[in-house]
Amino acid sequence: MSDELLKIDNLVKSFDGNTILDGVSLSVKKSEVVVIIGPSGCGKSTLLRCINALEPIQSGSITLDGEVIERNSKTLPALRQRIGMVFQSYDLFPHLSVLDNIVLAPCKVQKRNRDEAKQEAMALLERVGLSEKAKSYPRELSGGQKQRVAIVRALCMHPEILLFDEVTAALDPEMVREVLDVMLDLAKQGRTMLIVTHEMQFARAIADRIIFLDNGKIVEEAKPDEFFDNPKTERAKQFLNMFEFDSVKARDGLDK
Amino acid sequence: MPDLVTELGIDVLFKGTNFLRLLGGLWSALSISLIAVAISIPLGIIMGVLMTSKSRIIKAILRVYLEIIRIMPQLVLLFLMFFGTTRAFGWDISGETASIIVFALWGTAEMGDLVRGALISIPKHQYESSEALGMTSAQTYLYIIIPQTVRRLIPLSINLITRMIKTTSLVLMIGVVEVLKVAQQIIEANRMTSPNVAFGIYLTVFVLYFLACWPISLLAKYLEKKWS
Ligand SMILES: Nc1ncnc2c1ncn2[C@@H]1O[C@H](COP(=O)(O)OP(=O)(O)OP(=O)(O)O)[C@@H](O)[C@H]1O
Ligand SMILES: [Mg+2]
Repeated sequence: MSDELLKIDNLVKSFDGNTILDGVSLSVKKSEVVVIIGPSGCGKSTLLRCINALEPIQSGSITLDGEVIERNSKTLPALRQRIGMVFQSYDLFPHLSVLDNIVLAPCKVQKRNRDEAKQEAMALLERVGLSEKAKSYPRELSGGQKQRVAIVRALCMHPEILLFDEVTAALDPEMVREVLDVMLDLAKQGRTMLIVTHEMQFARAIADRIIFLDNGKIVEEAKPDEFFDNPKTERAKQFLNMFEFDSVKARDGLDK
Repeated sequence: MPDLVTELGIDVLFKGTNFLRLLGGLWSALSISLIAVAISIPLGIIMGVLMTSKSRIIKAILRVYLEIIRIMPQLVLLFLMFFGTTRAFGWDISGETASIIVFALWGTAEMGDLVRGALISIPKHQYESSEALGMTSAQTYLYIIIPQTVRRLIPLSINLITRMIKTTSLVLMIGVVEVLKVAQQIIEANRMTSPNVAFGIYLTVFVLYFLACWPISLLAKYLEKKWS
C-alpha cells in the first residue's frame, strides 16, 4: 500500500444537470497538508462535502486508505469517524455544553469510556486555550471560540485526516488568527489536512501543496512558493491579483 | 367589609355547596382538556412528522385538515360533532365525548403544525455535522435532532394547552356542566336574594381559570428562557 491516505479519482459531481466538479483527481499523503483555493462557487465546499459523502456523486471514486467512501453504504459511519470535518458555519450542537459537544461522538459512536473521553477533551481544550469554557454553551462563545471547539470536537475522534472548509470565513478579523494558529499547530504535529481557505498568507505558510480549483477542474497544482510567486496559468494569475492592491498613495501628492 | 362581600354577591359562594360545585365544574372542563391534550400530543407528533415527509399528497391532505380546523370556529365544530352526528348518523354521543373529540381534533392539528415548525427549524448543518462525526441517522435523531425539537416544542405546546383549557368554556353550549354552566345555575338560583351575584360568581370563575392557566404559562416562560 502506498502512503496515499485519501485518493480522489476522476470525481464528477453535478447539481440538477450543472456539472460542479468535472473530473477532479487528487490524492493526499499521510501527514501532508493540502490547501485548495479558488474563486467563489468553483466547487471547493462541494469537493469536501463529497469526500465526507454528504453529497451524492455522479461518477469517479473516493477512497480512504483503500476503502471506498460511498453514500448509503454500511461502512460509511465507520469511515466518517476517520475523517474529521470542520465547516464554515458554526455547527456546534446548541443544546449541549462545550464538553458534551466534544465527548458525544467518542462516547456514543466509538463507545469510549466517558471519563477517559472527558480527560482527553479537557487536554485538547487546554491546548487551544479554552479549558475554562468546558461547561459553557455554544451561545456563550465568540465565533473564534466556537470554531476552536469544533476543531477539538473533530480531533477527539482521532481522525486520520482533517477537512477544513473556510473555517475562518465567517469570523471577525480579530478572531481569525486564533483559529489559524490552532491549525498551524496541528500541521506541526504532522496531521494530515485538506484545507479550503481564502487566507492566502496562511495558505502559503501551512501548505505542502496548493491546489487551484476553477470551474470544477484542478487548473494548477504546485508547491506554495512556486504557486504564489510564479503561477503558471493565466487563471491563477488573475485570481491572485484580486488579493493585491495597487498603491493609491500618489493621490496624496495631488492634494499638496 | 362584610358589606362589600355581600354587595358584590361573593357571599353566595359560601352558601351551601356552591363553591364546591364551581370547583367540580372547573374539574370537568379541565378533565376534558387534559384528556384531549393527552390524545393530541402523540397524534400531533405523528402528524408533524408526516407534514415534513416527502410525499406531496400526504402533505396536502394534512394541510387541508389543518386549515379546516383553523378556519372553523370551535363552537361550530362542537355543534357539528354533538348535534350533527346525531342527525346524520344517528350517533348518540354525550356532550363530554363530543367535546373530547373536537378538542382532540383541534389539538392534533395545532400540535402537528408546531411539531412541523420545530422540525424544519433545525438547520441542515446540524444533521450534517452529526453525520460527519460518524453518527448513524438514528443516533443523529436521538442525540441531536429530537432534543432540540423538544426544547423548541415544549413552551409552544404549553401555550396550546392553556388555549385548550380556556376554550373548554364553550362546551357548556352542548350541555356539558362545566364551570360556566355551574356559575349560570348559581346566579339563576340567587338572583332574587343577591342582585349582584353575577359579578361575584363570574369574578370567581375568572380567578379559577387564572389559577389553572397561570402556573402553566409561567412554566412555559421559564422553559423558553432556559432553552433559548
Ligand atoms: N445544494 C446545492 N444545490 C444546487 N447547487 C448547489 C448546491 N450546493 C452548491 N451548489 C452550486 O455549486 C457550485 C459550487 O458551490 P460550492 O459551495 O462548492 O463553491 P465554493 O467553491 O465552496 O464557493 P465559496 O468560496 O463561495 O464557498 C455553486 O455554483 C453553487 O451554486
Ligand atoms: Mg464554500
